[in-house]
Amino acid sequence: MTDVSRPVTASAPSEAGSAARAHLTPAVALRAVDAAEDTRSGSAVPISTHGLEASYGSVRAVREATLTFTAGRVTAIIGPSGCGKSTLLRCLNRLHETVPSARVRGDVRIGGESIYAAGVNAIAVRRGIGFVAQRPTPFPTMSIRENVVAGLQVLGIRATGSELDDRVEEVLQRTGLWNEVADRLDGNPMSLSGGQQQRLCLARALAPAPRVLLLDEPTAALDPGSTQRIEELVYALRGDVTVVIVTHNMQQAARVSDHTAFMLAGELVEVGPTRLLFTAPVDRRTEAYVTGRFG
Amino acid sequence: MTVPDAARTAGAASSRALGATRAMQRRRRAGSTMTVLIWAAAGLSLLPLVLIAGHLLVGGVRVLTPTFFTALPAPPGVAGGGVANGIAGTLVLIALASVIGLPVGLGAGLYLAEHRSTRLATIVRYLSDVLSGLPSIVLGIFAWEVVVRPSGQFSALAGGFALGMIMIPLVARATEEMVRLVPVALSEAALALGFTRWRTSLSIVLRTALPGIVTAALVAVARVAGETAPLLFTAFGTPYWSLRVDQPIAALPLQIYNYAMSPYDDWRAQAWGGALVLIVLVLVISMLARRATRSRFASASGGAVND
Repeated sequence: MTDVSRPVTASAPSEAGSAARAHLTPAVALRAVDAAEDTRSGSAVPISTHGLEASYGSVRAVREATLTFTAGRVTAIIGPSGCGKSTLLRCLNRLHETVPSARVRGDVRIGGESIYAAGVNAIAVRRGIGFVAQRPTPFPTMSIRENVVAGLQVLGIRATGSELDDRVEEVLQRTGLWNEVADRLDGNPMSLSGGQQQRLCLARALAPAPRVLLLDEPTAALDPGSTQRIEELVYALRGDVTVVIVTHNMQQAARVSDHTAFMLAGELVEVGPTRLLFTAPVDRRTEAYVTGRFG
Repeated sequence: MTVPDAARTAGAASSRALGATRAMQRRRRAGSTMTVLIWAAAGLSLLPLVLIAGHLLVGGVRVLTPTFFTALPAPPGVAGGGVANGIAGTLVLIALASVIGLPVGLGAGLYLAEHRSTRLATIVRYLSDVLSGLPSIVLGIFAWEVVVRPSGQFSALAGGFALGMIMIPLVARATEEMVRLVPVALSEAALALGFTRWRTSLSIVLRTALPGIVTAALVAVARVAGETAPLLFTAFGTPYWSLRVDQPIAALPLQIYNYAMSPYDDWRAQAWGGALVLIVLVLVISMLARRATRSRFASASGGAVND
């Protein structure tokens, strides 16, 4: 069931096997990025929620959720539709509050610092956090290249053309998109396939080198091949980025995550190491869900 | 199935297959009848446009000499004369109306789209519907009261103001509709990247909705370009050349109105020419504006709302 120890280079056979490609498998490319990335210095940060409550109007979508997402590890949130898992995720980058009538109570700390404290700017919080939604959302008025650098540009990063080009190539390599779009970087992102668009969104989220990556069912609308590529990338990000992935797919949770949280009707039922949660759940409801008896 | 039909089918004691064929034939006949009717309806709806365009061409082409575009109006009985000042005046008035109407309309439309159900949005939406239903001459009176009377003279500015008032609700409601078509997920993606609210609105949402908004703005421009009533006591018209915004200014619709109402044959002929020029002018403005704001990826202009 779970095979978290498999090598990430498993994707290699599916790619063009030229010599130039050999060093471009996700894990190796990532290490190259780390060496160049002195601002991040390999410092993944933990995320913790404290009595987190989130609501839409009078509907409480998340109740009293207290848990910790381990630094540099992948945590999956699973549960049936409408259980509040996406809402919980959207509280972690303060996106939930952008919906009219949405309310958040309790606290979220990233690297020990509260992101809901008075005086903390939500926009500044979001800039350090990558986010990929369920459906691909490339900006249709921008070219593929402009999409990738959109997050860098809001940071006001004044990079030279070649630095920016390097960055674009680097994140597109990591998302396995480079070979597919290298000759049409100034082209229309809407002409890409759904899977390519989603990987473009992932590249866009990764370009500013976030410490945290939030994925809201990122492969729900994708074909198996694109799903595999994204899962491999998520796996490869471990160690440097704290990843939280919401998924409907329990096999996916088992494949990519170190820890899994199970939610039901807005309540956080159980959190634990993925292997344990799937093989020896403590709560009866968790057991019923992971064995497929409901949901 | 009619009774004789049924009787015949039964009386012939034909096989089921034959009955089925008959039913099929009836359906085919009904289908082709409907097709013909729908084509006829489509043709009828085009008929007024074709007739107007044809009439304009027949009546107007005769007077379209080069001097018609370059000369000022001539007194009745004097040969020649043109609508040069009317063309220029209409362009000035359209520009003034756009300067007033487009930013306000766009801003209001964005507000309505982003704050759908606030009390202010409900009021603004209602009032803008009322405004778009007002007879245009009422807006002319309003402009007269607000601009002409305090300044003590008719002016292009007053005319542009009146036309701008007409544009505002048209642009606002169209902008709202177009912006609403942009998926929320797209603006959330921008917010999640750290875009500020206003930057998300302007550089993501508004730009994605732009093709539709441009179309709406062009419809509004075309609408005000042909307005006559609100100009009667604001821009007022003049037989002389003037581009000054603080002075009365000529306008094609006003000239058409004056010429068409006149008892002189050559003026009435020039009214047809003026009408033709007005239509072509609107057409040219539309084409230029579309070209200027054309999506970089023309093939996928509708891609934003796919998926």
